[in-house]
Amino acid sequence: MSRIITIKQALNEAHMEEFARDPRIIILGCDVGIRGNPFGLTKGLLEQFGSERVRDTPISESAIVGTCLGAAATGLRPIAEILFSDWITLGMDQIVNQIAKIRYMFGGTINVPLVIRAPVGAGGGQAAQHSQSFESWFSHVPGLQVVMPITPYDAKGLFKTAVRCDDPVLFFEHKRGYEITGEVPDVGVDYTVPFGEAAVRREGTDVTIVAISIMVHKALAAAEALSQLGIECEVIDPRTIYPFDYNTVIKSISKTHRLIVTHESSRRSGIGAEIVSQVVEKAFEELDDKPVIVAGLNIPMPYNRTLESMVIPSDEKIKQAVLQMMDRA
Amino acid sequence: MPISAISMEESLAKLEKYKKEVMQEMKAPPELAAEDQLEIYRKMALIREFDTNVKDLWKQNFIYGLAHAYLGAEAVAVGACTALKKGDFITSTHRGHGHVIAMGGDVKKMMSELMGKADGYCKGKGGSMHIAAVDHGMLGATGIVGSGMPIAVGSALTAQVLKKDYVTICFHGDGGTNQGVWHESLNMSAVWNLPVIFLCENNQWAISMPYEKAAKNPNVADRAIGYGIPGVTVDGFNPFAVYEAVRDAAILARKGEGPTLIEARYYRYIGHFVADDERYRDTTTSKPWAESMDPVKRMREYLVQSGIADETRLDEIYASMAKEVQDAIEYAKAAPEPTAASLYTDLYSPEFIAKYGGE
Repeated sequence: MSRIITIKQALNEAHMEEFARDPRIIILGCDVGIRGNPFGLTKGLLEQFGSERVRDTPISESAIVGTCLGAAATGLRPIAEILFSDWITLGMDQIVNQIAKIRYMFGGTINVPLVIRAPVGAGGGQAAQHSQSFESWFSHVPGLQVVMPITPYDAKGLFKTAVRCDDPVLFFEHKRGYEITGEVPDVGVDYTVPFGEAAVRREGTDVTIVAISIMVHKALAAAEALSQLGIECEVIDPRTIYPFDYNTVIKSISKTHRLIVTHESSRRSGIGAEIVSQVVEKAFEELDDKPVIVAGLNIPMPYNRTLESMVIPSDEKIKQAVLQMMDRA
Repeated sequence: MPISAISMEESLAKLEKYKKEVMQEMKAPPELAAEDQLEIYRKMALIREFDTNVKDLWKQNFIYGLAHAYLGAEAVAVGACTALKKGDFITSTHRGHGHVIAMGGDVKKMMSELMGKADGYCKGKGGSMHIAAVDHGMLGATGIVGSGMPIAVGSALTAQVLKKDYVTICFHGDGGTNQGVWHESLNMSAVWNLPVIFLCENNQWAISMPYEKAAKNPNVADRAIGYGIPGVTVDGFNPFAVYEAVRDAAILARKGEGPTLIEARYYRYIGHFVADDERYRDTTTSKPWAESMDPVKRMREYLVQSGIADETRLDEIYASMAKEVQDAIEYAKAAPEPTAASLYTDLYSPEFIAKYGGE
């Protein structure tokens, strides 16, 4: 049996169920307790599990993530919430120099079961400091895992995997994705979604579109429009940025022989560049055309609605890229 | 001569003023039996011997990379850790050899790590700057000044959430006190009454930066007022003074009364790291001055004067510590090098590596 819920609800359920399952799980963050997070993700947690485990913190991102590391190293399984992923920059030393490296530096004598959750993404006039997505930064740092769910089923299942694993996870939810609905198993049905396994969201024979986070839904919209024109796109949602499932992508291009990668974050040195480079190295012979990246423009997010919409890649941009690739532009 | 050199008289006057402010009488508290006091001397001697050898081993290329010696600070780590119980934790700095020894760590494994060997504490992946002895409660050294602060807070949070009785000492330097995370950590642990003790090893120098130029208020402990916690300054050349401060802070911490900031003042008379030429300061006055403050010598004199041990006994102890270090050096030299097979090991948990590799 299943039901339809939003990503927001899925994440709230995932928190509630995991907190009930394991008393070592705690959460630290600004507004996670009494406010229940601005999007309601942690609603009910404080009431049910108490202020020892559900901690509203001072605005001290470096101490939030660093404290979670110390707690993880000594037997808890902490979740750090950063209110907007843009402010993760304030905790970068702890994340990059400590959390990612401590197991390795100390020869495997420390476990780091730690999740850092943060909303990413643009759209909504939140301008330059509340709109960014840093998946490529963290994918670049050995020792971390990066997860970007964009369906309720994945949000819940990937979150459970993140909380249960012994390595640090950056868990990035898209702000514009919280209201996306989808099917999930009934309450009480425990399931997880493994890292490193992409989902094929739509099958097609002409072009493979690897879409990150919110771009999955834009790629699907573009694919529907293109289908009307007789072009069938295969849309792949990697779900996790690291570990990354190249096998599914390569299997797909061995059928379509064409690759488009799309992400919302700015293009330069973005995750698209890495995906294209890996695919070219691993399966150049499968490609009939040069791969194309459809990504955000390389500028800080402007406030104005029209300017903002020019920076964020749209389904129309994906459609045009496909048409060009198919010589139909 | 350094650019901002002051006259020798002025320099000495400053040091004498510091001495006057810092010095506390050497007196063992009643709960420390003769054997405990000898154990303090033993560990201080072991640190002294260990780090005296490190510089030579580095010059001879047995030790690669960077190494920061704990010389002159022996009374701080040993005094502090003598006040701990089994199950307590510490976090360290980039100057961590003394912390490992103070927690009872194995000098063979530490020397092997400094030489990058496979059976070192970190399998040759951490070296001096990331020395850790987790099995002895030493949660690791760090190469980023001040960055151990929240890790200690997290360790204390675990104690509070899981209702455990342990305390965590967060060793840090005067340099670390001007990092943002230092303030965040004091504030957050204070507001949550966490069982953590912030122990500032104030040696007056952050590489070339004297503390008087890094902070207007020369008293680190005064900052405790700002966070609503106790702050005390102690003689960092005196293991008993450090011991008593940590003992009292640990009692508060275990009672759920939150953190204490302890400032242990000593003086870094050696270079910042093994190859530091100290061009930024005039050492002609400070070196002999610091030697007159030598905590190992001071401890030894105290033990003789108080009748705990005679010179012969203390010579024997020192010689046995020197031998332990020589044995560790021989052991480490003969220990195996890590191989390529271990490159990815410990990058992630064994389950992860088994499933995904590490690439």
